[in-house]
Amino acid sequence: MELVTPDLGLLFWTGLVFLCLLFLLVKFAWKPILGAVNAREENIANALELAEKTKEEMKALQAQNENLLKEARAERDSMIKDAKEVASKMIEDAKGTAKVEAEKQMTAAREAIQSEKAGAIAELKTQMAAFSIEIAEKIVRQELSSDDKQKALADKLVEDINMN
Amino acid sequence: MAIKSAMNRMLAVITAILMSTSLFGGESHEGETEHKFNVNEMIMHHIQDAHEWHLWGGHDGTSIYLPIILMDGGIKTFSSTHFYHGTPMVAVEEGTGKEHEFIAGVGPAEGYAMYHETIYKMDHGTLHFEKGHPHNAAPIDFSITKNVVSMFMTFFILILVMFSVAKFYKKNGAVAPKGIAKFIEPLIVFVRDDIAKANIDHHKYKKYVPFLLTIFFFILVSNLTGLIPLVQANVTGNITVTLFLAVCVLLVTVFSGNKNYWGHIFATPGVPKALLVIMVPIEIVGVLTKPFALMIRLFANITAGHIIILALISIIFLNQSAAWGALSVPMALFISVLEILVAFLQAYLFAMLSALFIGAAVEEAHH
Repeated sequence: MELVTPDLGLLFWTGLVFLCLLFLLVKFAWKPILGAVNAREENIANALELAEKTKEEMKALQAQNENLLKEARAERDSMIKDAKEVASKMIEDAKGTAKVEAEKQMTAAREAIQSEKAGAIAELKTQMAAFSIEIAEKIVRQELSSDDKQKALADKLVEDINMN
Repeated sequence: MAIKSAMNRMLAVITAILMSTSLFGGESHEGETEHKFNVNEMIMHHIQDAHEWHLWGGHDGTSIYLPIILMDGGIKTFSSTHFYHGTPMVAVEEGTGKEHEFIAGVGPAEGYAMYHETIYKMDHGTLHFEKGHPHNAAPIDFSITKNVVSMFMTFFILILVMFSVAKFYKKNGAVAPKGIAKFIEPLIVFVRDDIAKANIDHHKYKKYVPFLLTIFFFILVSNLTGLIPLVQANVTGNITVTLFLAVCVLLVTVFSGNKNYWGHIFATPGVPKALLVIMVPIEIVGVLTKPFALMIRLFANITAGHIIILALISIIFLNQSAAWGALSVPMALFISVLEILVAFLQAYLFAMLSALFIGAAVEEAHH
């Protein structure tokens, strides 16, 4: 019977010890421990969430990069194309201009040559005329240096006229 | 196969020991003075509370005499040595003529007598027995008994351990645990998640976690200290302690009870009005039987463990031969290891069932 009979004194001490323990542990042990454990669990959960989010963001960023790269490539291609066009046009233009210029210069040169030539020919003609007259004069003088000769000449001239 | 052959070998060894000891045993206590070893009395003495801390030896062995505090028209305090080294007396029960041994106190304990660790006031210098129990008046005994000292130890162990764990978190913040915190944290998280969260509505469980943690660790440490040789107080195997814990659970349950809970008790939905006359008393008894079962379960399990170990050790003394230790010591060791499991299991069960009852009390209606 004693085994299952509660004892008042022991009940008092049990109550005292247990309630003190409850009070002290709740206030100074369970609160900080559970607080820290909960905070850590929250941290871990947040970190995991953040990692997931970062992963998503990375994915989006990668896609964006891809797009940017594609755009850049397209732009570069179009730029190269434009540049090529511009260059070829410039070359074309330059060629045209050069041709025209060359033509002009050629024409001018030709004209100059023509006029020089004409001048030279005219000069030559004048010179030749002068030389011819001088020579003719000298020949005439020699022809007419003696009577015989004068007569012979006259004859000949007459003959020529006659024949005509 | 291996287990079977090992068991066969063990049986052979035990049989050999049995045969040899019966020979030795027969010779040894032939010439000795017959001191009858009463197993029942020894076990009952050990599983009950005591006013001394018996370490080893017989009557003149080593004991720590604990202070006795009596409320008997004022507080009287003195050492229990005045009882344990008091005057042994014998009282004869009137009618049956049965003899009862008790101890009369000496010195400051004059006028008091101790019978089976209970203190009575002596009347005309003796105790008067009736139906095997003294009928003398008993002062209220607030003594620091062995169980009280053991509870103080539990108190200091828990304070020391839990405060150092708390200090770790205060110092390091919410980091991964190290040292003692690493050992304690899983238990705390276990109580929080698998005991409180699993049984109480998850919006309300947080409020009860500190209470459940205290219950769990108090029972666990008390169970474990009860298994340490030389300490071996049977705290959680004492009906008073388990009664107090069960009453705590009852009070928490009753004061947590919401409308839905009381509604189920006093006006069970779907039950005809006439039947309520029967139902209400049954429901009220149900409220009380739950903590009552908690009280009995813890008390019986822990006491039973102590009784089995003591009974196995008694084999040696019953046969008065140390050779029997070859049988009883391994068996007692096995039971002791089992008791470690039981210490955890009973602490878990008590806390888990408490959480279950609280959970039922705070549950919202869902029909």
